[in-house]
Order: sequence, then C-alpha cells, then structure tokens
Amino acid sequence: MNDTYDIRGSELHIEVHKFRAGAIILATAFALVLQAFLPIYFPKAAILDLPLLIVIYFGLSRRNPSTGLLLGMVIGILQDSLSGPTVPLGLYGIAKTLIGYLASSIGARLDTEHPAARFALTIAFFAVHQGIIALTSRLLLSQPEPWFTMHLGIAALVNAVVAVFLFMILDRLRKPS
Amino acid sequence: MVGIPSRHKSLFLLGGVVLLQVLLLAVQIKRDSQGRLIRVWTVGAVSPFERAGAHGISHIRDTWNHYFALQNTSRENEELKRENGALKLQITQLQSKANEADRLAALLKFRQTNVDVPMVSARVIGGSADSASLTIYLDRGERDGIRRNMGVITPDGVVGKVIESYKDTAQVLLLTDKASGVGAMLVSSRVQKPVGGTGEALLSLKYISNEEDVNPGEHLVTSGTDRIFPPDLPVGTIADVKPGNTFKQIRVRPAANLERLEEVFVLLTMKPLEMKKDSAEPNSAPPPAGAPSSASTNPASPEKP
Repeated sequence: MNDTYDIRGSELHIEVHKFRAGAIILATAFALVLQAFLPIYFPKAAILDLPLLIVIYFGLSRRNPSTGLLLGMVIGILQDSLSGPTVPLGLYGIAKTLIGYLASSIGARLDTEHPAARFALTIAFFAVHQGIIALTSRLLLSQPEPWFTMHLGIAALVNAVVAVFLFMILDRLRKPS
Repeated sequence: MVGIPSRHKSLFLLGGVVLLQVLLLAVQIKRDSQGRLIRVWTVGAVSPFERAGAHGISHIRDTWNHYFALQNTSRENEELKRENGALKLQITQLQSKANEADRLAALLKFRQTNVDVPMVSARVIGGSADSASLTIYLDRGERDGIRRNMGVITPDGVVGKVIESYKDTAQVLLLTDKASGVGAMLVSSRVQKPVGGTGEALLSLKYISNEEDVNPGEHLVTSGTDRIFPPDLPVGTIADVKPGNTFKQIRVRPAANLERLEEVFVLLTMKPLEMKKDSAEPNSAPPPAGAPSSASTNPASPEKP
C-alpha cells in the first residue's frame, strides 16, 4: 500500500496522507482525555475544543468525506458521553459529523498544509461548529444557545492558534511518503 | 436496484448519520407537556396518515353503503312503507280511541254533575235516510224508558227531541231541522224567544223586534217553558244579526256540535228540571241585575205546527 497518493482533479494535485497504525485512535483518545482532564487544573483550558481540532485535522488530511464524517460522529458521540447529563447524546455528534464531512470535502479540493490556511480554516470550522450546536440546541432542545459572543470569538482564535501547533505535531504521525 | 453514484455516497452517508443522531437526540429529549420528542415527532408524522386513512375508509364505506350496497334497499323501502302505513293507521285508531275516551270522560263528568236528573246515555247509530229531514237514531228505545218528545242533550248543549221511540231504538229530530224548535232565553237580557231550525247548520232566533238590542256573541240558554228541556241548558250563540221588516233576522250557532254526534243523553222526564250547573259553563252565568224577564211568545211546544 502506498503511504501517500494523489487526488488528480483537473490540474490540481493534492496529497492524501496515511497515518501510522493506531495514530487516529490514540490521538482521539488523547484529545478526549485532555479535554476532560485539563479544565480541572486549568479552568481556562475549557476554551479549547481539542476533539474538534482532531476532527478538523484528520478530515483535512485524509480527505475522504465518508471517513471524515464517521470519525466526526464517533468523536462527537464520545464527547457527548463525557459531557455529563445536561448534554444529550448527539449534540456534539451532529456538529462534528458535519465538520468532519466539510473538512474532508474542503481538504480534497484545497491545499491545507500551510499554517495560515490551517489557522483560517480552524476559525471557520469553529464558527460553523458553534452555529450547528446553537441551531440544534434551539430547534431540538429549546435552549437559547447564543450564535456568537466575544468569548466564542476569542475561543475561535485560541483554538486556531493551538491548531497550528497541534497539527504540526500530528503531522509527525503520518507515514513517511 | 438503483445505484448511488460514488460521488454522492458520502453525502448519503452524511444524511444518514446526521438523521441517526437527530433521532438519538429525539429519544433523549423529553418535553414537559408532550413527552419525549421522538414520540411527539412520531405522532405528528403518523397522525396525518391515520386521519387521512380514517377519512378515506369512511368515505369509501359511505360510498359503498350509499351507492353499491343497495340491493336490499328497495325491499327494505317497501317494508318500511308498509310499516309506515300500518303505523299511521294505528295512530289514527289510537287518536280515535283517545277522542272517544275524552268524549266519554266528558259525558261521565256531566252525568256525575247531574246525578239527580233522570237521564240515559245513548250512542248515535245512524242518521236520516233523506236530506230533507235532520234526524239521528239512538241505540236505546222504549225498553230504556225513552218516549216521544223527550229532550236529547250533550254536555255542550241541546241536541233535539225524540220524535219516535221503538223497542230498542229511538229517532231524534235535531235542533237544526226546519220542523224543530226550543224555548230559549238570551242570557244577558233574559228575553225569551223561540229558536228554530232552518235546515242548515245555523238556527234562527225568532220574533225579536228591530228595536231590541241583540248583538253577535250573546249566549242563548233554554228557558224551560217548552216543557221538554229544563231551563239554562246551552242552546247556542248569536252568530249574526240583520234588521228585517218587523223582526230582526238572527242566526244562532248551536252550542252542541250537531254534525258530529256520537254519544248523547236522553232526558227521561218531560217535567221541568233544575239541573246542577257546571261552574265552568259560560252560558250559565247569572243574568245581570235589572235585566227584563219578558216571557212573551214562549212556545208551548217547540215543535212547529
């Protein structure tokens, strides 16, 4: 099996990356544990959404919408499970499923290896993720979840910055081409 | 089976996964007033079809019952018509019996009110065979003590008098016959004049001069001077008054319904009787104070020569 292969759409050549065995599972578990663990000692760390960053990264890298959405669904459901009784199963699941699909679809069309592109895309995906959660909460849970606040804006920036460095670390899990 | 293009497979997968999670959410979310969201959605999704189905089935059943399943309707219609006819006949018979019961109750009441007056009840069994005379036949005769010139009355008023008495039958000349008459008295003025038949439905009050004041609606009772009827039996009501050459032409509507006689009483004595008055009888009102008590032209016998 090739470590990498190209998607040839028109004149564009985009590389599809493979990862070491268990890399996705380990990264997901690490992100979920850290997401649950960090805010206990560093309350401000609650601003991070590490599972979202994992979904975005693997979606952009794998560039397969089916894999991306399934990964987003699994991570989202797991995050719901860890979020306590106030968050019903499926709330983050739906949001991360859509983010996984969007990230994979965009990753298949754009070169997302550049840190600036990753920064911008993370901000965009964070906003979309928040919009989906707000929409779901309003429609299904009848909860007045805000569409956007300053806190959410700062969170988007922080997560984008963290994403740039996190994605670099995760790049090391790729199989060498 | 229709295949899904490969480029759309992920889209279908996305839709399926999102839908699955929405359902998962719906199962968990419970709204206070309506229960779990999945139940609300399910009921909301199914009930229109149930409603449409119920309406459709009802419509089909109505159509079938009203347009196609009519093979027995004609027969049922005939049976219902027959039943309807029989019920109508039954109702008529019951109404007739009820009317008869009312009449008999009135007769009984009248008889009980005048228990001291010798009289016998009789049923009308026939009428006159010709149109020239107005007579009826009773189912009682000499065996029951009925004799000629006995008065015949109903609780409403005077009917006529017996003109022939046979063993078990009696013939009665009605008050409306041209040959019939009765001594009468105007209740209001106490003026006594004879009332005779005209051969028609109305009677005639005779010998009232044009100067006398008589108005329609006044009541007439028997005066008792004809020695057939006791005094104060209702005779009739003034129907209309017209001036004549010497006397007024006054027509009187009989108190008794002489066209529909079924049961009557025959007074078994020709002596004047003092009958007990029914308190509800309007014709038996006492005369006004100072009313004249003229006794002129009282017929010795109501029968005309």
